[in-house]
Amino acid sequence: MKTEELIELLAQDPSPRLRLRSTIAGAVGGGTLVAATIFFAKIGIRPDISEAVQSIRFLFKFVVTLSLAITAISAILGLSRPDVHFGAKGRILLVAPALLACATAVELAVLPRDQWMHNLIGHNARFCLTLIPLLSIGPLGCLLVALRLGAPSNPGFAGAVAGLAASGIAATFYAANCNDDSPLFVATWYPIAILLVTATGYLIGRKLLRW
Amino acid sequence: MTTLSREADWTAWMRAALAGDTGSYRKFLHSVVPYLRAIARSRCRRFGLESEAEDIVQEVLLTIHLKRGTWDQSKEIGPWLTAITRNKIIDTFRRRGRRVNLPIEDVMDTLPSDDQQPDILPHDIELFLEQLTPTQREIIRSISLNGASIRETSEQLKMTEGAVRVALHRGLKKLSAFYRSSSGEN
Repeated sequence: MKTEELIELLAQDPSPRLRLRSTIAGAVGGGTLVAATIFFAKIGIRPDISEAVQSIRFLFKFVVTLSLAITAISAILGLSRPDVHFGAKGRILLVAPALLACATAVELAVLPRDQWMHNLIGHNARFCLTLIPLLSIGPLGCLLVALRLGAPSNPGFAGAVAGLAASGIAATFYAANCNDDSPLFVATWYPIAILLVTATGYLIGRKLLRW
Repeated sequence: MTTLSREADWTAWMRAALAGDTGSYRKFLHSVVPYLRAIARSRCRRFGLESEAEDIVQEVLLTIHLKRGTWDQSKEIGPWLTAITRNKIIDTFRRRGRRVNLPIEDVMDTLPSDDQQPDILPHDIELFLEQLTPTQREIIRSISLNGASIRETSEQLKMTEGAVRVALHRGLKKLSAFYRSSSGEN
């Protein structure tokens, strides 16, 4: 086929315009719905929620997980375009780790040294490491499918940021169940679970998001 | 034509194309080809793969087409076009076991290839056409070789226009997948 003939084919193919932004928004919504369904059906909010909401430590968990979800979701749209490179877009991903680092420093300052290990180990490490990845499956799946419409300059990286966004959504739900509220616990176990999901997103994205 | 006015034209044509103006789209594609061809040729010449150049041009065109929704219309089209071209050229050489260490020039900074009729025709695409269903092949041949419109093709094949459109779009997506997976032994 000559190139002129190919052009004729392309010109005649009025494929519907791909709306990247709304597709990604839909994926965030759909994925959150899947995670919410699993959470409320099988896991549930902790029983002492009415007391918990009066604790700054409990509430601060959501500041961290929501900022992770929001920053990662806002980075995804840019990273799904071929001419946008990680850089300015990536820097906002540091917001959630920075918040958590500050909270950890405050916790270390106010907590007697002999309670550090007790709060760090907590009670729910095993749940944290399994439930966050489990709740991430829906959001990660939806985001990766949506990103196939895109043309990311770095497919593995786009997949990894989708993993961050998915685990931010998942951790927000999980934090409502977990009764370990110390920043020491959050800074130890949440990142392990989140890294697991992020690495999965990277590996799948590297294959699935090539174009 | 200066680089600036060229980029302004391409940006305007692509915006119109995305709004549904087929004529502008055709103009855009025809205008871009000589620049893509010049880049593809200069890369291929360095690797002694001159016979591949037109395949690369077609693969880049196809990618521009299928990924045009990823262009942010509030920006100029040059950087997007260069990113698409660069990715496809690096990808093509990687599939053929070569690593491109040389920078790939911006589409906007390229001089067009004045050679309109390449003496070597692409061959990958012919192999691909063999793999399509008979209907898809017939639709693609009817439109590309005979210059028929979707409507004429649908009358000729006794299909609805919608079915012809769907088959054409599936065929183009298959073609893009074929390029991505072809190992380059052929």
